[in-house]
Amino acid sequence: MIPYWMCFALFLVGLYGVITRRNLVKIAISLSIMEVSTFLFFALMGYIEGGKFPIVDPAEPGQLYVDPLPQALVLTAIVIGLATTSLLMAVIIRIYRKYKTFDIREIRNLRG
Amino acid sequence: MNPIIPMLVIVPLASAFLIMVLGKLIRDLPGYFTSAVFLVLLITSYYAWMHNGNGITVYKVGGWEAVNKIPIGIYMVLDGLSVIMLCLISTLGFLSAVYSLSYMKRYTGEEYYYALLCLLVAGMNGVVLSGDLFNIFVFLEISVIASYALVAFGVEKNELEASFKYQVLGGIASLLILFGIGLIYWKAKTLNIADIREAFKAGYDGTYYTFVQMLILCGFGVKAAIMPFHAWLPDAHSSAPSPISAMLSGVFIKAVGIYVILRLFFSMFVISEQIAFVITALGTLSMVFGVFLAIGQWDIKRLLAYHSISQMGYVIMSAGIGMILLSRGTRPDVALLAITGGLYHLINHAAFKGLLFLNAGALEYRLGTRDLKEMGGLASEMPITAGTSFVASMSISGIPPFNGFFSKLIIVIACIRGRFYLLAFLAILVSIITLASFLKFQRYAFYNKTNAGKDLTGKEVATPMVFSMIVLGMLCLLMSLLAIPSVRESLLKPAVDVLMDAGNCMSKIIGM
Amino acid sequence: MKGMTTIVKKTTQILAGIIFLYGAYVVIHGHLTPGGGFAGGVIMAGAFILVTLAFGGGFLNLKKEETGSTATENIAVLIVIILSLVGLFLGAKVFFLNFLPRGTVGELVSAGVLPLYNIFVGIEVTSSIFILFLALVIFKEEDT
Repeated sequence: MIPYWMCFALFLVGLYGVITRRNLVKIAISLSIMEVSTFLFFALMGYIEGGKFPIVDPAEPGQLYVDPLPQALVLTAIVIGLATTSLLMAVIIRIYRKYKTFDIREIRNLRG
Repeated sequence: MNPIIPMLVIVPLASAFLIMVLGKLIRDLPGYFTSAVFLVLLITSYYAWMHNGNGITVYKVGGWEAVNKIPIGIYMVLDGLSVIMLCLISTLGFLSAVYSLSYMKRYTGEEYYYALLCLLVAGMNGVVLSGDLFNIFVFLEISVIASYALVAFGVEKNELEASFKYQVLGGIASLLILFGIGLIYWKAKTLNIADIREAFKAGYDGTYYTFVQMLILCGFGVKAAIMPFHAWLPDAHSSAPSPISAMLSGVFIKAVGIYVILRLFFSMFVISEQIAFVITALGTLSMVFGVFLAIGQWDIKRLLAYHSISQMGYVIMSAGIGMILLSRGTRPDVALLAITGGLYHLINHAAFKGLLFLNAGALEYRLGTRDLKEMGGLASEMPITAGTSFVASMSISGIPPFNGFFSKLIIVIACIRGRFYLLAFLAILVSIITLASFLKFQRYAFYNKTNAGKDLTGKEVATPMVFSMIVLGMLCLLMSLLAIPSVRESLLKPAVDVLMDAGNCMSKIIGM
Repeated sequence: MKGMTTIVKKTTQILAGIIFLYGAYVVIHGHLTPGGGFAGGVIMAGAFILVTLAFGGGFLNLKKEETGSTATENIAVLIVIILSLVGLFLGAKVFFLNFLPRGTVGELVSAGVLPLYNIFVGIEVTSSIFILFLALVIFKEEDT
């Protein structure tokens, strides 16, 4: 049970980072930490004690395999995570060019 | 096995990439091509609506049939609720694309804009059609990523800041959803919505179940901008180009937020009274506070964005009332009325809020400003914009004979018959404050003469923009017809049945 | 962007080809071993990124608008969509139908259309990750 709780703790670490950091890039990194914790959770979920990677080998009929579905989900989620992270970084670079700072306290045009 | 169902997703998806290839070669192609594609989608989805009736159509991707009545493939489900959402998406998508033909001339990189618009529509169609949790997540992310990029499309200070805020909050929401999906899969060992319902009906651990429900509610609550999670919406919706604001406010928060909340909490989870109370409370909160935040705004699009939060509160609140009554099992007729009212208001909101954002876009296009204090006396110079925005303003504030009145009336009647007198009072109060706020908008933008000395280069906007605004204005009037019980019965009944009788519908999906 | 030192350049010359070949191996054997289009595509993109970093932007004749790479990416996606649509128009009228003969399990040419999907997804991922890298790293220095 402990690994699952560690995943959740990592998720909370990332959430803490998003809330408290003031640097745009550090916020992006914290989001990535949250993402990775979720992926770890998925990967742990599908693990079966003594299982092999899930590509069926006809030579060994009795072989135990790990659950392939969470792995497929994690792969899809990683691709999505790549897209979101790179878009976030592109926006951060653009923001840096406009404001000349990464500090979130100085980027406050929109209020109310 | 109806091949229309995957085509609704694949056609906009393929055209997004086709535009990127061909748009560089032929300059004017992307706009017209996108409009044509959305017109085809519009016709197809109305055809599906007319022919679907009360039935449920399941499409199994890749031809993987169920084994021992356990679904193993990817299911796409077309039922009464999703077909109505499809019609909304394609109607507003088509009108926004036509509007963009002249509105987007000011921006560079038009082909990127149209490609992202196609991706947005493809993602929303996918969310609405998919029958399992993980595909909802994947298509949600496709449309959400497109919307992040579209919000930042102006690449000025405000747009970038709004997009950053939206991306961080949206990212946290997506991860909460993903975590919730993981927890559901861990216990239920399946991702198909109908199958999960069966697995949870067999027995579950109460605390775990509530935790999952809260994760999912928080995640999709951010996407739907329910009150405590609303911080991104006013910035994002006011910074995007106007046709995109119309899409985001008109259908996006409904398709990826409210539709999924309705679908999951009615069809997937077994309805419990406590979660129904939470949903009703959140809906009421956003209904009341959204309008109070809106009333002090002077930026037109921010004002409209706050009203979106408030109007979505009506929908969530009435769905919550329906859930409370269904979980008690006492007054099914009132629950039916509440859910009908909520759905009706959702459809109406797409029409009038889309129209209002297009009006705001027309004003911004002509005057170059969004500040109400700098406008005035435009009624004589932009008569069509003034007329359509009057129709939309009266609809949103609930003045008969426009459509907003009837849906709010149904919601209030449902509240009173279900003995939620406080909620009925609040709904009427919020409607009055909305009226005040929109009278301010009308007066300062169109009838006030204080700025008459200033040179306003106002004349009516180009034909494609006028066309979109007039069509939406007509829809605002036409949809009042849904107030007639027999019309409402025939058009909204299939959608309401899906929510009211979820267990039956879900077991039908498994049986197919 | 200028290149790096001779040591880096020489090492890159040796390694980049091997990395690219390994990525291609992972893509082509996607249906037999763990891996596939995405994983292999990322490795192949890594080879391009390594070359660009070591030899500088001028070496690959990079321009501001990477039209070539964008076109490759879009065309690869379109081919994947067309492949899935072919399944719709053949036989059982379902989307993503595996319409080619399956072959025997464990051979390189088997599993119907899966290797084709893997190859085109690999091309798509390679070009898109390379574009991401260029957009985020190289062109950042040019303006401002």
